[in-house]
Amino acid sequence: MSKCSIGLLALSSLFLSSAAIAQEKIKVGVTATLEGTYTVLGEDGMRGHQTALNVLGKKIGDKELEFIVASTDATPDSAVRAVRKLIEQDKVQILLSPLSGDEGIAVKNFAKTHPELTFINAASGAQETTYVDPAPNFFRYNMDGAQWQVGLGKYAYEEKKYRKIATVGEDYSFIYTQVFGLVLEFCGAGGQVTNRQWVPLGTKDFASVIAALPDDVDAIYLGLGGADAVNFLNQYQQAGGKAHLMGGSIMIDQTILSSKGNAKNALVGTIAASGQADTWEDPGWQKFVKAYQDAFPPNKRFPSPSLLATNYYDSTMALILALRQVNGDLSNNQGKFREALAKTELDAPNGKIKLDSNRQAIGTNFVTEVVDDGKGALFSKVVKVIPNVNQTLGYDPAVFSKIGLPSRTVPECKKY
Amino acid sequence: MSRFVERHPAWALIAIIAIAVALWLIFAVWPPGLEEAIGRKRVFLNAVFNGITLGGLYFLVASGFTLIFGLMRNVNLAHGSLYLFGGYVGYAISTATGSWLLSFIVAFVLTALVGVLLQLIVFRRMEGQDLRQTMVTIGLSIVFADLMLWACGGDFYQVQTPNWLIGPVELPLITAVKSSGEPVYLRYPMVRLVIFAASVVIGVAMWLALNRTRIGMIIRAGVDDRDILAATGVRIQLVFVGVFAFGAGLAGIAGVVGGTFQSLSPGEDIRFLLASLVVVIVGGMGSIPGAALGALIIGLAEQLGSVYIPTYAIVVTFLIMVLVLAIRPQGLLARR
Repeated sequence: MSKCSIGLLALSSLFLSSAAIAQEKIKVGVTATLEGTYTVLGEDGMRGHQTALNVLGKKIGDKELEFIVASTDATPDSAVRAVRKLIEQDKVQILLSPLSGDEGIAVKNFAKTHPELTFINAASGAQETTYVDPAPNFFRYNMDGAQWQVGLGKYAYEEKKYRKIATVGEDYSFIYTQVFGLVLEFCGAGGQVTNRQWVPLGTKDFASVIAALPDDVDAIYLGLGGADAVNFLNQYQQAGGKAHLMGGSIMIDQTILSSKGNAKNALVGTIAASGQADTWEDPGWQKFVKAYQDAFPPNKRFPSPSLLATNYYDSTMALILALRQVNGDLSNNQGKFREALAKTELDAPNGKIKLDSNRQAIGTNFVTEVVDDGKGALFSKVVKVIPNVNQTLGYDPAVFSKIGLPSRTVPECKKY
Repeated sequence: MSRFVERHPAWALIAIIAIAVALWLIFAVWPPGLEEAIGRKRVFLNAVFNGITLGGLYFLVASGFTLIFGLMRNVNLAHGSLYLFGGYVGYAISTATGSWLLSFIVAFVLTALVGVLLQLIVFRRMEGQDLRQTMVTIGLSIVFADLMLWACGGDFYQVQTPNWLIGPVELPLITAVKSSGEPVYLRYPMVRLVIFAASVVIGVAMWLALNRTRIGMIIRAGVDDRDILAATGVRIQLVFVGVFAFGAGLAGIAGVVGGTFQSLSPGEDIRFLLASLVVVIVGGMGSIPGAALGALIIGLAEQLGSVYIPTYAIVVTFLIMVLVLAIRPQGLLARR
């Protein structure tokens, strides 16, 4: 039934578009991970995107925005393939892409081969994307993985009194960046990270990984997302694991907190940090949550938007606001539009966002703790709000550049 | 056994030493030097147990595959789709009724029905044409994969483990001795042990049925010579349908098992098809004990590999396959 009505809708929009041919369109390509391990993340990202369109509308002066969606699976080659298809087949002028860390690095490099187009990062958060050799036509309105961990290390050391921790993370750039942010702060405060385990994205069987978790640590940090995180928690529960947990930004997120089954209950009390917190009382955030909830029926969305929904919302908002500022003028290789983008300061639901000289977001970060709302639903509760987090995490740029790029072993556990 | 020792004394000695070392590694308390060299015993024991239980799952998928191949010489490359289909059915039933055991029964019956249809509509029409069958089943597996993607979406599903199976049990295997002299026992997820036990039971039952019953006799005769068997008056097509249904049903059960301790998603069909191909090639096409041995070897190789050489873990499985193909191309336990 729904297939049928979608078909009809597509057909009628085809007719409408030919009727309204006089109206000029601005074509925007969007990619999201609608396949593979991160499917749930991609789906909620698209919900955030839709929420932004509901709130802001698609009109740019007398022009209208047209969005074309392509699916990826969190691998860099799938992202480049999708972006290439959007550019070459669908002739899009602006890209809202991609979602995941490795995709981001690949798309940024690809962006350099199309200097006449503009790329707005949708949600990816690897540090390298905007830190190393940034592309002049690539803009990122979300913080990177390391920025999203600011505050967590200190909170774990000072408030929770954790001294030794171990990490388990997916083996790719975004999680490297997250662990980078965590280790820098936790070790800087005096803590020790004794063991870092890396598992391939899309791991199904975590039993051996769980067995290899050390016993002699105060907490275990989980840098997993999507189906990997759910698989891990399920098997962790079956193995009877009881350690204190700490979570990365896509681990402690509605994509996991509202997953089916009771394995997620292991997360109650887990501390984490992210670019948002579910229970933040800021009116802007509450308004966004309301808009998200109103846009979709309860069984087709999460109780509260995930980090991905928020990121897609913010990037769509930046796109529309900057386009409106130049009245949809994409002449001169989109020069005016890019100037407007660089200057755009977002009053985003998750705090004010502005861009630095690498076109990377400076924004607000949240330290959170997972709570049960009493009815079995889990939410991340605000513990601390940290405004104005920049990409060098408050370090002097010269010192920061000496730490090296996030990887399996970088940074070392010491005070820089 | 004794003949093997007489004919290959050197190999027998190596095998006995290897088994003794493995047993010592599992039962003895490790000296500190060894723990320093290759890590804690708990990790090793867990990897071994995970390998064996994963082998149980692989056996469930591969035994149906090898049974069908052994009798009918059908290479059914849509076997992975049957696995995934069974998993989705099991998920739907267990969420609708809350009964884990019922989901196995329904998954078995429905996948068996799909198997019957496959045999009647596809395989019977192209009997003896290996290449055509292979191409058609590849095509079918792609169609099935897209149909399931359409119906179930790209999301991940997990069959809920029943409450009485959640949590670990303590096994009488010592992993370490505390400084107070108190032994620490291995704790292992209950659900994996139960699933492994179930696959052993199914394996033994299958072996008994094949070797001790009349139907088993007919099937074995069919494996050796179909034409003569048909000439003796056995309704061979009925046997074919029955075996195909059973093999498919096993894949369905395996789907529910896989959905319980791992998860279900698009792409799993290919993964398990590949796994069962490797298992069957290592063990020997058409041999049930071969499937058991192959599943055990591949399961252990995957899990031990992922712990001790994580970067190359994926290669190990295929390395084993290449070795077997080079040294004993018919498979380890294949009959001549």
